Amino acid sequence: MPLPMPSPIPTTSPRAKTIEITGLNFFYGKTQSLTNVNLDIHEKQVTAFIGPSGCGKSTLLRTLNRMYDLYPGQRAEGSIMYRGQNILAPGQDVNMLRAKVGMVFQKPTPFPMSVYDNIAFGVRLYENLSKGEMDERVEWALKKAALWGEVKDKLSKSGLSLSGGQQQRLCIARGVAVKPDVLLLDEPTSALDPISTAKVEELISELKQDYTITIVTHNMQQAARCSDYTAYMYLGELVEFGETDQIFMNPARKETQDYITGRFG
Amino acid sequence: MSADASNPTSNPARNPVYRKRLRSHRIGIALSVLAMSIGLAVLTWILWTLLSKGFGGLSAAIFTQDTPAPGSDGGGLRNAIVGSLMMVGLSALISTPIGILAGVYLAEYGERNKFAQVTRFVTDIMLSAPSIVIGLFVYALYVAQVKHFSGWAGTIALSLIAVPVVVRTTDNMLHLVPTNLLEAAFALGAPRWKVATMVRLRAVKAGVITGVLLALARIAGETAPLLFTALNNQFFSANMNAPLANLPVVIYGFAMSPYDNWRDLAWGGALIVTFSVLLLNILSRTVFTQKTPN
Repeated sequence: MPLPMPSPIPTTSPRAKTIEITGLNFFYGKTQSLTNVNLDIHEKQVTAFIGPSGCGKSTLLRTLNRMYDLYPGQRAEGSIMYRGQNILAPGQDVNMLRAKVGMVFQKPTPFPMSVYDNIAFGVRLYENLSKGEMDERVEWALKKAALWGEVKDKLSKSGLSLSGGQQQRLCIARGVAVKPDVLLLDEPTSALDPISTAKVEELISELKQDYTITIVTHNMQQAARCSDYTAYMYLGELVEFGETDQIFMNPARKETQDYITGRFG
Repeated sequence: MSADASNPTSNPARNPVYRKRLRSHRIGIALSVLAMSIGLAVLTWILWTLLSKGFGGLSAAIFTQDTPAPGSDGGGLRNAIVGSLMMVGLSALISTPIGILAGVYLAEYGERNKFAQVTRFVTDIMLSAPSIVIGLFVYALYVAQVKHFSGWAGTIALSLIAVPVVVRTTDNMLHLVPTNLLEAAFALGAPRWKVATMVRLRAVKAGVITGVLLALARIAGETAPLLFTALNNQFFSANMNAPLANLPVVIYGFAMSPYDNWRDLAWGGALIVTFSVLLLNILSRTVFTQKTPN
């Protein structure tokens, strides 16, 4: 058993907070997998969650759009304030929440439909657009995801016919198309080759202009390259959280330093 | 380690463990080939008998004339073919929506819900229920009440056999859809019914169509449930409220008759049924392999 960790050092930041997590505990049935997590996610910044496998970083991400709701026996305690509202409250409309807090997964998950319909699927759920407006939105989303040039001639082809890297950017375009507020990325490049990874990382810095982004990654260089804030987690607890430069250059805690320098992990 | 002869891995041919493994591998392969050839031989025999005797009965008249009266020459199977097509077609129209919807329900709610678990259990029993029991069931509940055999009764019996097949295939297919894909749809804020129909069912469309085609193949050759429900009709009829001619019952009746032309027609009918079923199977395989991604 690890010793109880003291609260992480709070970071002062001029940025507005989009999400404030306070005293978050998470349970898979009787197993507790997050313990007293306190963390702020800042607007239009990239926040990375790093840590060894099983540390709870994906679990933490999945509480932010209440993805865990799909599975009975999984529950979260504490509070997650998103734009002044506690999203863990029982009255929260999860579909509306997920429309505002989009998610991209580890493996590309194109729907079994055309490239165009993959993008339009989410948009149609909440907006009534004309054919022309929808065409514009699809083009806009694909351009945002740096995919337009590669697929503009095969919009009617199946999304499954694209390459792995293209599929992942299609999924990002799909997430962007509904104009969310926050984008959750769960190891979005771990199934991609280095070139596709570079494209997706470039994309993340682009998307930061408009969206608040949270990324789970196994790749520490990736966290260092594309995030503004980094949270290091271990065994379901938040060990250290702060600006990425500080975490990587001058971590306050020895555990963080050991993980970052590869002495452990 | 040096690669001399004493090293058991350096020369596999001399390695006793490897040779023993090789021997059991060869015995296993030999037994499998034997089993396969026995099965295949019987199948070829049946098909050969059917082809050689059935082609004798096949002629244009089989599609243009109705079943002959006792003692009269010639005749065909037009009324039986039409009757079978009507009943199998209507059963498809009834059992496809019911089966697919029930399959979706089981896949979506079947894990935690008692009612769904019972439904799945009953479906499994229905899958292996002898078809004659289904026939008797419809006889007792429908035919005995309205006091006459009818095409509708036959359709109900066939639907009862087809529904569980469609339900089970749909349910099984839907379970093959990776949770990733479902989560991706939920992550866009899609409500459950939309995820179930637009993403989950769509992802396994080909498999579900295959299930429907296999269910049709199954009921196309069923005789027992029709004996007590549609019975037979010597004349041409498209009236679903009256006894309806159909291929399986005609084959059953004609095959054991004393008339040569009846027996020829029975062989011809058997050939038609077998090839329809074969066609359905081939069709379902092509649908499945062509439309399944990856």
